[in-house]
Amino acid sequence: MTAAVLKGPPVTGYSLAFATPLAAFFVLFFLAPLLLLIVISFYATPELQSFGFDQYVKIATDGFTLPVLFDTLWLGLQTTLLCLLLGYALAWCYVRSPGSLQKLLMLAILMPLLTSVVVRTFAWVVILGRQGIVNSVLAEFGWIDAPLKLLYTRGGLIVTLANVQLPLMVLPLITALQKLDPNLEDASSALGASALRTFVKITLPLTLPGIVAGCLLTFAASITAFISQSLIGGGQMLFMPMYIYQQASSLQNWPFAAAISLVFLVAVMACVSVFNLLGRLSRAGA
Amino acid sequence: MSAGRKYEGSAVALTGVLGAIAVIATVLLLAPTVIVIVLSFTNGFSLKFPPPGYSLRWYASLPDAFQLQYAALNSLKVACASTLLAVVLGVGAAMAIARSEKAMARVLDSFFMSPLILPALAFGLASLIYFSRIGIQLSLWTLVIGHTVVGVPYVIRTTVAALSQLPPALLESSASLGASRAYTFRRVTLPLIAPGVAAGAFICFMSSFDNVPVSLFLRDASTDMLPIRMWQDLEGRLDVSIAAVSTLMVLVTLVLMVVMERLAGISKRIR
Repeated sequence: MTAAVLKGPPVTGYSLAFATPLAAFFVLFFLAPLLLLIVISFYATPELQSFGFDQYVKIATDGFTLPVLFDTLWLGLQTTLLCLLLGYALAWCYVRSPGSLQKLLMLAILMPLLTSVVVRTFAWVVILGRQGIVNSVLAEFGWIDAPLKLLYTRGGLIVTLANVQLPLMVLPLITALQKLDPNLEDASSALGASALRTFVKITLPLTLPGIVAGCLLTFAASITAFISQSLIGGGQMLFMPMYIYQQASSLQNWPFAAAISLVFLVAVMACVSVFNLLGRLSRAGA
Repeated sequence: MSAGRKYEGSAVALTGVLGAIAVIATVLLLAPTVIVIVLSFTNGFSLKFPPPGYSLRWYASLPDAFQLQYAALNSLKVACASTLLAVVLGVGAAMAIARSEKAMARVLDSFFMSPLILPALAFGLASLIYFSRIGIQLSLWTLVIGHTVVGVPYVIRTTVAALSQLPPALLESSASLGASRAYTFRRVTLPLIAPGVAAGAFICFMSSFDNVPVSLFLRDASTDMLPIRMWQDLEGRLDVSIAAVSTLMVLVTLVLMVVMERLAGISKRIR
């Protein structure tokens, strides 16, 4: 009888069998489609008749796909860096604010996360447009004669993406900063370190897990931000999501679309691994 | 003493710089929402800001915007169904992996979380090809399946967090008093993790309602989804009625958020 009790799971845990329905669902509707995507990418023609590496050869040699891929990753990196600068300052101020201000700030941080991406991007069209807010303010003060071109520029796109993804950066940073033992900062300054030195030597390294988590989420979200990229970037700038969509939908070229999605996917995973590795290395070094 | 003064000066400078950046960040966070709300009350035909005058004409035009209404209804149906499915499947999975130390549990955890990091667009395309190859017609149901895959990680994350905060002593004492596992689950575990589940369900619902990359591929010609309809309206012509729709959405979200904050303390649970 004791053996039977010992064999069963402890009352505080549940059997792994409870995960079976979701595991089956994922195998059927997540893993299987992705595996099929790999198979499809090895078809030589859009008619799906013969196998070959044709799509991957095309990616490597067409002189168009790889630049679009690197440009997309570069856009993600630029957005992530801007987000980190803005987000860290905001999170740092948040944990030092009194409770009532914290409530308001949290609402400001969560609001965009819960407002449609289309809505937020749409607002940036209004802000950056030729008759937009930035241009009318600058013209009002007489600083510019003709409206600046802000919409459909890379700078405009980076600011928009940074705004759209900022909550993803701020939330993990707040968690990391709240876990930080305030005694460490006090000890550092009591020992004579300047506030800046304490910030660089104590606060930043100890919140690195939050920084890595925030950067990962921001990066992953901004490179796949289809709506923002197409509305603010306009027709002149092409990034991977729109490229994949065009190949699949307008051109119906599934093998090529599948191949570039997979290359994109692998590139994203590689970037994510590098982020994770950097985080672990600097934690070990700190 | 001079060391102290030097410290004070550098502390003020640091606070000043970070504070200024934080103010910019807050303005950036709020500006888009505020601008869209103000714009929705314009009496003009363009997206000029500030508006030349104010009226409710764009709200008055909404009852006739059948395409938008139809798309909104579709989005609502899909979001409700996929949230329900994600909660049923996700809570079970969360229970299985929350306190387990088996290696399999860690593998399953990474497996269930991977839709968060994989580009959703690649998954959308993969699903489209999959459904068409196995001969399933695109419909609201294919959308529900796709949205569930993308939304279930949120439910698992918040539920696992709630489960691991649950004091084991409660479950042990319930068991030692003779309650069955099912009874303990219904009367002890479920009420205590409900806020965590609710927070995850809420985020799952919002992410489904706002989903573009998966919907883009899994909808057929006749099933229009709200974010995609709005995007297409904006790309074609900068339609002011979208500002009115947006404002209504912000309003509904705000109300939902306040309710969820009261019920589930959502701001603490989504990190």
